[in-house]
Amino acid sequence: MSLPPTPAQTVGPFFGYALPFTGGGDIAEGPESITVHGLVLDGAGDPVPDALVEIWQADRDGSLTGAPGSLRHDQVTGEVIGRHGLDFTGFGRVPTDADGHWAVRTVAPGPHRPGATPYLAVAVFARGLLHHLHTRIYLPDHADALRADFPDTGADRLATLLATRERDRRYRFDIRLQGDRETIFVDLR
Amino acid sequence: MTTPPTTAPTQAEIDAAIVEADRTAPPDPHHPNRDYPPYRSSALRHPRQPLLPIVDPEAVELAGPVFGATDVSSLDSDLTLGLAGEPAGQRITVTGRVVDRSGRPVPRQLVEIWQANAAGRYAHDLDQHPAPLDPNFTGFGRCLTDDDGSYAFTTIRPGAYPWRNHVNAWRPAHIHFSLFGTAFTQRMVTQMYFPGDPLFRYDPVLRSVTDQAARDRLVARYDHDLSVAEWSLGFRWDIVLDGPISTLFEDR
Ligand SMILES: [Fe+3]
Repeated sequence: MSLPPTPAQTVGPFFGYALPFTGGGDIAEGPESITVHGLVLDGAGDPVPDALVEIWQADRDGSLTGAPGSLRHDQVTGEVIGRHGLDFTGFGRVPTDADGHWAVRTVAPGPHRPGATPYLAVAVFARGLLHHLHTRIYLPDHADALRADFPDTGADRLATLLATRERDRRYRFDIRLQGDRETIFVDLR
Repeated sequence: MTTPPTTAPTQAEIDAAIVEADRTAPPDPHHPNRDYPPYRSSALRHPRQPLLPIVDPEAVELAGPVFGATDVSSLDSDLTLGLAGEPAGQRITVTGRVVDRSGRPVPRQLVEIWQANAAGRYAHDLDQHPAPLDPNFTGFGRCLTDDDGSYAFTTIRPGAYPWRNHVNAWRPAHIHFSLFGTAFTQRMVTQMYFPGDPLFRYDPVLRSVTDQAARDRLVARYDHDLSVAEWSLGFRWDIVLDGPISTLFEDR
């Protein structure tokens, strides 16, 4: 049996009071945490101020079991107060700001199976984007493994999947929806 | 009221662009083409390179985030509660099942919705449509699906609203939905529409789904058995998530 799927539609411009949540970008904090941040840019190179970036990733030990509690709420007020910092949920969600910028604090993921190249899975939503896009963030330590995983894709293109180290524990990853250095978006089959 | 710039296309020009996009669309597409000229904001926001196909039964994306009781308050599924008074408009119940393409239910996953109020205005600073805000309506809610994949919300029927895509552009009434499956590949954001809306044919967002049968899957059905006497009208909308899932997670 294969049912036809429900079609996707754009997230539109007005998700900002519904989807982002307190602590959405604080996937993990502590001495081992890293910051991954960047811009979402359109085909003219202009920032996209109404995009939503979601991250799903393995824990530092490669575990993909995640845990509930990303949107933990206060039982008195009902307000989302965010995770308690003990369990690793693996999920982050941040809207871009007026400059098209987003940032998450997390841990470097471990290999999700022996020998696998670790990465952060990304979903990008935006006004004007009718169907969301998936991409991946690889940290620069894994540049060689990334090229080995995708031998048929040019190094120039693959570089769009590599975060750059700005300084210790801080990485930059811009998402270019279109144009020069357009980010590779992936289609899982 | 703000007058759209004079360069904005007319509805007739958009209608012609919709006909042209229908003509060049691939047969039976399930999802919108990200490059859809009648929705003008798509022009600079779609990739021109083909997507990179990946076949990997152990990809990270074949698992996904999980949510639980701590993520949802019992009041979150009723958008008419939590503020001082009753919101304006027609109270409705929206319910349905979330399943994957094999028809298996997606249990205990997060469903989020947001919408305009009965007058067609969002509680968002950038929504400058001169319709009244409703101090008694939050406009967003969330719930977990049950073991059978079912979700349910109580809300009010949203109004149609104008937007700036072209002159006299109006969105048909809709509720935005955000859904998680058992895998991140099944992540879905979409919109639910109400049956019989006369604005359907004019709307580039809905028409970006070029196949009529696929468009029909975005439209809820009125269900009289779901209506509650002296209280609310019932709509049923079932959702089929796309995307592969790992056989490793099938029994989770
Ligand atoms: Fe909307």
